[in-house]
Amino acid sequence: MEAYFNLFVKSIFIENMIFAYFLGMCSYLAVSKTVKTAVGLGLAVIFVLAITVPINFLLDTYLLRPGALAWLGNDYASIDLSFLSFIMFIAVIASMVQLVEMIVEKFAPALYGALGIFLPLIAVNCAILGGSLFMQQKDFSGVAESAVYGLGSGIGWLLAILAIAAIREKITYSNVPAPLRGLGITFIITGLMALGFMSFMGIKL
Amino acid sequence: MTSKKSNNKPLFFFVNKEKEPLFSKKNRALLTDPLDDNNPITVQVLGICSALAITVQLKPAIVMSISVMAVMAASNVIISLLRNLIPNRIRIIVQLVVVASMVILVDQVLRAYAYDVSKELSIFIGLIITNCIVMGRLEAFALGNGVWKSFLDGIGNAAGYGVLLIAVAFFRELLGSGKLFGIQVIPDAFYEMGYVNNGLMLLSPMALITVGIIIWLQRARNRKLIEKN
Repeated sequence: MEAYFNLFVKSIFIENMIFAYFLGMCSYLAVSKTVKTAVGLGLAVIFVLAITVPINFLLDTYLLRPGALAWLGNDYASIDLSFLSFIMFIAVIASMVQLVEMIVEKFAPALYGALGIFLPLIAVNCAILGGSLFMQQKDFSGVAESAVYGLGSGIGWLLAILAIAAIREKITYSNVPAPLRGLGITFIITGLMALGFMSFMGIKL
Repeated sequence: MTSKKSNNKPLFFFVNKEKEPLFSKKNRALLTDPLDDNNPITVQVLGICSALAITVQLKPAIVMSISVMAVMAASNVIISLLRNLIPNRIRIIVQLVVVASMVILVDQVLRAYAYDVSKELSIFIGLIITNCIVMGRLEAFALGNGVWKSFLDGIGNAAGYGVLLIAVAFFRELLGSGKLFGIQVIPDAFYEMGYVNNGLMLLSPMALITVGIIIWLQRARNRKLIEKN
């Protein structure tokens, strides 16, 4: 249990998708103008990450990695399909995003309208594919571990976009130098926030 | 009538019906615009993720730019060829599959011929699939334009991306470790006089701040890019 909790905290703070790896920056910059849409997108990202990472873990363990096909019999034990992992992962992600889109459209039409184009674009959010690819590198021991990792990184992403959206709402009242307005200042603020998040790096879990 | 049409067709069937020269002014603009006025990173805000994570040194940054250029040119051409065949509803999945196959090719080539760099880039080669530049240009350009134009657009945008990547990597490697391409360029005499490498430049937050400063400089020079806030 403790191991799961450690992994959870680690994936939220120490290995934060945005501040440590810059994954999902495009939608992070584009959707962070108001807190409301930021929260909606963040929740969608959590949901998709928490589902796709364990599914891709199962795919990786039983289909893709070298020797994964051993359950089919000895003849198949030497097959290595790992070069297919990009295409398999992205297919799972694209179909999951389609599912989320349908669910949101049905149960929260207001949110669906607010998110607009960005919902289908979660499919190309680097944080989602990045979660699956990191999972592949980390050699998790079981589905539960990968699910905890997916959930944690999703929450970390929500935290980051929520923080920057709140700051950007306030910053409209300040007098930023003209060439820095908009994108430039957002980059610099994110850099400073990332600097702050680096203080978590010393923590050993 | 038909014979006249077929005169234009062979070889240049993809150029345009009016027989536009291969490097007309409009086509050249497709190549040069993304370098400054319409830079994919600083203006269109596409493809930031990978731009920041792999700019600690020049070498991976250059390899990454070349890989992105290959993927973008190839997938722009393929999607542009297929643009009238793809049903609108499933276009994102089709695009993802095309891009993913191109990325697999690049990944395998890198593993075969440049294993060290491929290890260094780790998951970021895979992340070209979800690099918003590729998808963004496919959606915005290749789906509505001819093959040759899409090819130029792919090369141009990848070059704009590469220029920024290389600029950021140059400053980070120079100030962070005093080296370029892994070769020391700051003379030992400087270090003896008390010059110290700025280790902060090697950490990830400085990539963001460097890009922020580049945006600042670019917009101070090119004032029509300034946002209203």
